[in-house]
Amino acid sequence: MLSSEPMTVPTVSGQPLGDEVDVRARPAAGWALLRSEISVLFRRKRTWAMLVALAAVPILIALAVRLTESNPRSNGGSGPAFLDEITHNGLFVAALGLTVCIPLFLPLTVGVVAGDTIAGEASAGTLRYLLIAPAGRLRLLVVKYIGAAVFSLAATLTVAAAGALIGAALFPIGPVTLLSGNTIGVGESLVRSLLIASFITISLLGLSAIGLFFSTLTDVPVGAMAATIVVSVVSQVLDNLPQLDWLHPWLFSNYWLSFGDLLRDPISWTSFGENALLQGAYFIIFGALAFGRFSTKDVLS
Amino acid sequence: MSDGASLAIETHGLTKRFGQHDAVKGVDLAVPHGAVFGFLGPNGSGKTTTIRLLLGLANPTSGEAVVLGGAMPRESATVLPRVGALVEGPGFYPYLSGSDNLHRLDTADRYATGASRKRRVAAALDRVGLSAASAKKVKAYSLGMKQRLGIANALLTPRELLVLDEPTNGLDPQGTREVRSLVRELAAEGTTVFVSSHLLAEIEQICTHAAIMSAGALVAQGTLDELRGSGRGAVILKTPDAALADSVLSRLGLTVQSTPVASGAMAELTADLIGATTEASDIVAALVEAGVRVNGFTVEQTSLEDRFVDLTGAGFNVEQ
Ligand SMILES: Nc1ncnc2c1ncn2[C@@H]1O[C@H](COP(=O)(O)OP(=O)(O)OP(=O)(O)O)[C@@H](O)[C@H]1O
Ligand SMILES: [Mg+2]
Repeated sequence: MLSSEPMTVPTVSGQPLGDEVDVRARPAAGWALLRSEISVLFRRKRTWAMLVALAAVPILIALAVRLTESNPRSNGGSGPAFLDEITHNGLFVAALGLTVCIPLFLPLTVGVVAGDTIAGEASAGTLRYLLIAPAGRLRLLVVKYIGAAVFSLAATLTVAAAGALIGAALFPIGPVTLLSGNTIGVGESLVRSLLIASFITISLLGLSAIGLFFSTLTDVPVGAMAATIVVSVVSQVLDNLPQLDWLHPWLFSNYWLSFGDLLRDPISWTSFGENALLQGAYFIIFGALAFGRFSTKDVLS
Repeated sequence: MSDGASLAIETHGLTKRFGQHDAVKGVDLAVPHGAVFGFLGPNGSGKTTTIRLLLGLANPTSGEAVVLGGAMPRESATVLPRVGALVEGPGFYPYLSGSDNLHRLDTADRYATGASRKRRVAAALDRVGLSAASAKKVKAYSLGMKQRLGIANALLTPRELLVLDEPTNGLDPQGTREVRSLVRELAAEGTTVFVSSHLLAEIEQICTHAAIMSAGALVAQGTLDELRGSGRGAVILKTPDAALADSVLSRLGLTVQSTPVASGAMAELTADLIGATTEASDIVAALVEAGVRVNGFTVEQTSLEDRFVDLTGAGFNVEQ
């Protein structure tokens, strides 16, 4: 196991130059860890399995609609509005896919990634090695959170892109009639799809922060994942109880389905802004809780 | 912290409590710069917990730890880049290859330059004999290969201090030998090595200093000679003047066991040196001065193992 060439390893006594750990030197900003985090995230089979599953949702819907459409219609268009729309215009498949995924599938996958952030490293035994490298506890949390946010973006874009592609393949493409009655061209409708995707990504940021916090509480990643997913379901259930009207504006899932405003002309940014503010508040509260917990936590895994 | 400059690790009253149980209690370690320091103790005696405290992974309940001149865990950011460590076995991402794992952990160190990362990873892998398996996923590694990768991780950048928690765990005899020569080599380069183990023979072979833990407390520390010496074993005296010798030895404060023999015949007296302040040479002088005829005089050195068992008890059960 010893090298026959003694000079292959940089040594304290000075070989080769430029490799010394000089802690008086300014440390690098630390982007390398973020790059590594994202690349490791996307090299996991699990990540790809989740993205493929998400992509399958709009594809399956579009196929189902396409296949039933070729039969003589028996139910005179009593299906959901979107389902009818997509047969006229494939561009609606992206929005439909996102609408179907936001209550359960997206929170499920984001819960898995966010719940895994710290607890997953702890259970793999890598957390202690990251910390003694030293990654720095705050920096590690920030990197982990950004990783979860990047996954949220990737997940939403995956649904939108899969929807747009399968829509274009199976249905006619043309100008889109907005909720406000105006019509926009194909290019403009793609821009609107991206806006919806970013609205939904932002909608998931609060949940990601909650998942990050749960992940600092345990060394068992499945526990943190399950807790995050349960919280997202509970929030939506509460959001549907009219008795709890007063509570609704404070629930992180309150705006999850409010992206309809982006399908008007001119665009109404009110819910976009309110949603961003709400998610920001969740990020600050649960980010602070996560840091409060993690900065002094005994890492015994 | 009077001579903090010459100590690589220094702790004062370091204590860690888990619930009702003190895993580490009042430990005062002093590890000189450049030493190869063996950290001994039976299972559950608090070695790994102490190492976690030294590395800032856990916060002490009381007491303080100073590593390379910086208080832990407060100064982790400037201390830890100079420390390489293996704590409680290796920990890696099973779905990444050996070299990708090292890349990943190296990016966490902001002082490790990205430009040399590839070369340093390859060199560290080479140093532990894993070059051929570097592209293999860690989930396909054997226990010993993971352990070697863990050691490679500790060697990614030049370190002033290496903390190795049972580095030879799971290694084959070749691997064990290579770790020994690796430690010697690093020590020759000036690295301080703090190595925990319960393999006494190993510690005796590579260490200059050692400390012994028992049930969370530090029961001895010093150079290996001091450790063996403070146990000092016993003197065995062969003499025909048993009665006279007995009185001389007793006067020196030694407890004497003698095999009773007929007067005039050769007697063998054994005096325990443990806890005694008298040097063996002074004993001979006193005997001769008193006119004791000495036929044989042997000083029986304790081995580190005897000393270890003396200090930590011979019982097999884990103490709490
Ligand atoms: N996370 C924990 N929670 C509670 N008690 C713990 C924890 N980790 C360790 N201990 C206790 O602390 C004591 C010391 O454990 P430690 O792991 O430091 O022993 P060790 O000397 O490293 O043993 P070994 O030789 O088996 O590795 C033990 O009694 C153990 O039960
Ligand atoms: Mg241990």
